[in-house]
Amino acid sequence: MLAMDYRGPKRVRATQKPMPEIKHPQDAIVRVTRSCICGSDLHLYNGNVPDTRVGMTFGHEFCGIVEEVGSEVTKIKVGDHVLVPFNVACGECHFCKQGMFGNCHESNTQASAVGGIFGYSHTAGGYNGGQAEYARVPYANVGPTVIPEGMDPDDAVLLTDVVPTGYQAAEMAGIQKGDTVVVFGAGPVGIMAARCSWLFGAGRVIIIDKEDYRLEFARNYANCEAYNFEKDMDDPVVFIKKQTDFMGADCVIDAVGAEAAGNAMQTITGRKLLLQAGSATAMHWAINSVKKGGVVSVVGVYGPTDNLIPMGNVLNKGLTIRGNQASVKRLLPRLIEHVQNGVINPKALITHRIPLEEVAEGYRLFSAKLDNCIKPLLVFPSSNI
Amino acid sequence: MENTLRDPQKLPGWGIDANPENDPTYPMREPRMNVSQDPDSKHRPASLQPEDVEVLKSIERPNVSAVFGESSPPVGLSGMIRRFAFKYSESHYGHWLPLLLADRVNVVEGIIEDLGQGKVPNIFAEKGYAAEWKHNRTAFVAKMATIAAVTIGSILILTRDNDKKNKYQY
Repeated sequence: MLAMDYRGPKRVRATQKPMPEIKHPQDAIVRVTRSCICGSDLHLYNGNVPDTRVGMTFGHEFCGIVEEVGSEVTKIKVGDHVLVPFNVACGECHFCKQGMFGNCHESNTQASAVGGIFGYSHTAGGYNGGQAEYARVPYANVGPTVIPEGMDPDDAVLLTDVVPTGYQAAEMAGIQKGDTVVVFGAGPVGIMAARCSWLFGAGRVIIIDKEDYRLEFARNYANCEAYNFEKDMDDPVVFIKKQTDFMGADCVIDAVGAEAAGNAMQTITGRKLLLQAGSATAMHWAINSVKKGGVVSVVGVYGPTDNLIPMGNVLNKGLTIRGNQASVKRLLPRLIEHVQNGVINPKALITHRIPLEEVAEGYRLFSAKLDNCIKPLLVFPSSNI
Repeated sequence: MENTLRDPQKLPGWGIDANPENDPTYPMREPRMNVSQDPDSKHRPASLQPEDVEVLKSIERPNVSAVFGESSPPVGLSGMIRRFAFKYSESHYGHWLPLLLADRVNVVEGIIEDLGQGKVPNIFAEKGYAAEWKHNRTAFVAKMATIAAVTIGSILILTRDNDKKNKYQY
């Protein structure tokens, strides 16, 4: 089968690889019909996540047709078209029982903070991902969800990560009606977080980024105010204070994570030398621009390397500042309802369709923010849906 | 681009999830379950994935998780470094820095593996430079020219040192 193949920082290709196999009675094999490149994949692509091994296949946003199921799989059957949440979760452990599917204790042997994630380094379990024609999906009774009849697969694939992560970012921000919400980062997740902030009753939503095309997209898609931190302000923290009568925002969402631009020292120590868990610029801005007693919600991915604060673990363990990997399974029923009712229109985020054979160009396009790329979708030679 | 303040109440879906009765929102609404309150907190799935490849295990957990990925088992020098890293906990530099080093070593191993299989990696294609060429040509050419100039400059400096040595040899 054809699959994306990681060869080192900023080097990927499409390669023929062996077909995945059932390894556990609750496994399923899925023929992928849609797969996205996620902003978080870029942390791997840039070589910032430890234990990202050469030969790995990325991809944690995908949906596909069930081709084969293990002996204990009862909830889905061969032929079902399913969307696959990015979390690998058993559904039975202490954490899954509390709805913390992003923190499953039976899906990742190699780290204790984060649960298993498809195609997201060995730090997240070492699973091959869905940027391939076929993928092994463990715990097939828990995560995979049959795509509701009539739902566009382009909408469905975005329900595997972007929509739930953006939604949970807004949810974790504890928004009260009328609150001013600031979102750092106008990538797909930041845009979705801004859009979902309204659903919780925000009174004002501001998004901040450095790419004009993304800000324009956010302004239109999320109906929010959008500002360029390189052009519209000297200091984002002071700017937000001025915008909020010098009180600070009620809630701030960090939808950037380790790759943040905007501070030379953070860029050198965090992004280039990898001496801390990525560049914490957005995190600093968030903490400093929220009002006293406000809430900072973190969905930007930080690396797990040493830092003054192990921010990656704050995210991955779901600690209170309130950060976490989205627990997709918990949110899916509500979000499917929102998509079906037209409250959220996920597929509008997709700007590029790239054949799997050209995956290297897709990564470059997305990473370098070329051609006004917001969200690239990989299309598959074997998929006719 | 222009920002205009909007009346949020006119936006589709405004406030639709503000009601705490709307499950599954507000995940912290229920009292947090204590491990001691969970009668089966150490529950494990009945079936465990057989360990037919080498799986490195965090020392912060007693066992191998019931399922695991096996995309790229540890190999070669990078594998040795990874095994060393897994002697330390996740709160230790000794864990993460060797893993980053192993990742870089693994890149070289990947190239050697390709060459061993008679395949010369197409670095230009793997880096997706075709997209840069198509959408960002001027900056891309400038970047490549800079890299070429630095490379040639370095070679010239090294060559000049050799000339000096020869100059004073009689």
